[in-house]
Amino acid sequence: MNAAPRRPRPSVRTFPVHLAMLAWAVVTALPLLWAVVSSVKTDDEILNDPWSLPASPRLGNWSRAWTEASIGRYFLNSVLVVGGALALTMLLGALVAYALARYEFRGNRFVYYTFVAAMFFPVFLALVPLFFVVQRLGLLGTYQGLILVYAAYAVPFTVFFLHAFFRTLPAEVAEAAFLDGCSHLGVFRVMLPMARPGLVAVGIFNFLGLWNQYLLPLVLNPDPDRYVLAQGLAALSVSQGYRSDWSGLFAGLTIAMLPVLIAYVAFQRHIRAGMTAGAVK
Amino acid sequence: MRHGRWRFLAGALVPALVLHVLFVLSPYAQAFYLSLTDWTGVAGAAHFVGAGNYARLGGDSLFLDAVRNNAVLLAVVPLATVGIGLFLASMMHLGGRGGRRGIAGSGAYQIVYFFPQLLSLVVVAVLWGFVYNPNTGLLNGALRAVGLGGLARSWLASPALALAAVAAVLVWSSVGFYVVLFSAAIDGIPRELFEAALLDGAGGWATFRRVTLPLVRDSVQVAFVYLGIAALDAFAVVQVMTVGPGGPDGATEVIGLSLYRNAFQYGKFGYASAMGVALFFATLTLAVLALRSGRRDRLEPA
Repeated sequence: MNAAPRRPRPSVRTFPVHLAMLAWAVVTALPLLWAVVSSVKTDDEILNDPWSLPASPRLGNWSRAWTEASIGRYFLNSVLVVGGALALTMLLGALVAYALARYEFRGNRFVYYTFVAAMFFPVFLALVPLFFVVQRLGLLGTYQGLILVYAAYAVPFTVFFLHAFFRTLPAEVAEAAFLDGCSHLGVFRVMLPMARPGLVAVGIFNFLGLWNQYLLPLVLNPDPDRYVLAQGLAALSVSQGYRSDWSGLFAGLTIAMLPVLIAYVAFQRHIRAGMTAGAVK
Repeated sequence: MRHGRWRFLAGALVPALVLHVLFVLSPYAQAFYLSLTDWTGVAGAAHFVGAGNYARLGGDSLFLDAVRNNAVLLAVVPLATVGIGLFLASMMHLGGRGGRRGIAGSGAYQIVYFFPQLLSLVVVAVLWGFVYNPNTGLLNGALRAVGLGGLARSWLASPALALAAVAAVLVWSSVGFYVVLFSAAIDGIPRELFEAALLDGAGGWATFRRVTLPLVRDSVQVAFVYLGIAALDAFAVVQVMTVGPGGPDGATEVIGLSLYRNAFQYGKFGYASAMGVALFFATLTLAVLALRSGRRDRLEPA
C-alpha cells in the first residue's frame, strides 16, 4: 500500500528564509513608513525624537505643503504634462508600431531601427543640443514643449514593444475588415483592441517613467510656476532645508509618493507585469 | 486601395518621425559636432577646436573624480543588486513542494519589495537625505536604539562614506524590480527540472547553481545592462541628496553632474558635449561587453 514513493521534501528549513525575506521587507518599507509618520509630526517631535509617534497627528502639515509650498501646483503641472505626453506617446507609438509591423514597404526596417537605436543612447548626450532646439522653437518652459519632448523620448520604446505585439495578430481579421470595406485607418481601429494587453503594459511603463522624469524638466522647464512634481520637490528640499520646515517637507514627500503607492497596491499585478515586461527581450 | 495605403502609412509615420528627428536624432548628432567646438551658447560664435575638449577632460580633476566614482558605482551597484535580487527571488521559490511553489507570504513580499521602483529617484533621494541625517535621521536613530550609537556617522558629510551612501540608495531603489523580474524567470523554469534535482539529492545551493542560475541567465544579463546604465547615470540621487552637490570635495561627483554644471551653470556647451560623448562610449562599451559575454555556451531548456 505504501509503495508509492514519498514526495521529496525540501531540505532547506524555512525559518532563516523567512527571516531574510522579512529583513529586506523591513529595509524597504521602514523608510517609507517613517516618512509618512513624520509628515504628521511637529518640527519639535521630528528633531527631538525621530522614532516616536506624534502626540496628535498634524494633518495641517499636508495642507501647508499643498498650498504654501506649492506641492499642489506641482502636482497638477505633472498631471497635465504627463497626461498630455502619455496620450501623444500612445497614439504615435501605436500608429508607428502598427504601420511597421503590418505593412511591407521599402525602408520599413530602416525606420524601425531608427527608432530602436535611439533607446541605446544616453539622454545626457542629447541634453545640450536639445536645450537649444527647444529654445529656438520658443518652447522652453512651456507645457507644450515638455509634452512634445517627453513623447519624443518615450515613443522609441513604445514602438519597440508594440511592434512585437502587432506582428502576432492574425492576418485574417485584417483581411475580413478590408473585405467589409474598412479603410486602412478603419482596420487599424479594429486591430488596436486586440493588442490591449500590450497597450496596458507599455502604458503603465510609460506613465511611471514620465511621472518620475527629472532630467528633462530640470533643463527644459526653468519656470518655477510650471515645475513638475519631482522638480518642485527637489527645489523644496533645498529651500525648506534652509527654513528648517521639516514637517512641511516630509508632508510634501508623502504627497508625492502616497498616490502612486496606493494606486500600485490596487493594481499591483498589472503594474508589476507591465514594468517587468519591458525588460524581457 | 493603393492610394489609401500610402496615405495611411504617411499619416501613421510622419508625425512621429518629425518629432523623433527634431528632438531625438538631431540633438544626438549635433552633440558629436558640438563636442569639437568651444561653443558657449552665443549663436554663430562656435570655433572648431578639434580634440581640444577631450584633451582638457584628461586634466580636469573634478571630471576624473566623476569617472572614478562612476566606475566604483559600476563595479558595486549591479553586482550587489543582482546578488540580493537573485537571493531573494530564489528564496521565494524555496520551501514549496518541488522547490517551485514559493514560501508563504511571497506574494506580499513581492508587493512590498517593488515599492521603491514606483518612486521618482528625486523622492528616493529626498527620503534618504532624511534617513542619513546625522542628528534626526532614521539610520543613526536605529543604530542608537539598538545600542550601536558608536557607529553613528555623518554619512553624507564624510568623504569616505558619501559614495557608499549613494551606492546603497541605488541598490535599495532597484532590488525590488529585479526580485520580481528574476522571480518571473524562475516561474518559467519547468517544474520537472527542480524535481529531478531533488531526486538526485541536490541541496539548495547545488540546485541554485546547476538549475536556477543557468536558466535565468538571460534575465541576469539584461539586469546587468540596465543596472550598469543606471550606475553610469546616478545623476538624480547625487544632485538632490549629496552636499555640494557632488561633495564633499568631489567624493560623489558623477559624469552627468559635471556635464550639467558645465553646460547650464558655466555655459561651456562644447566642453559639456565632450563629456556627453565620453558617457555615450562608456555606455556603448558596457552594452556590447555585457551582451557578448552572455552569448557563449547558452543552455537550452529541454
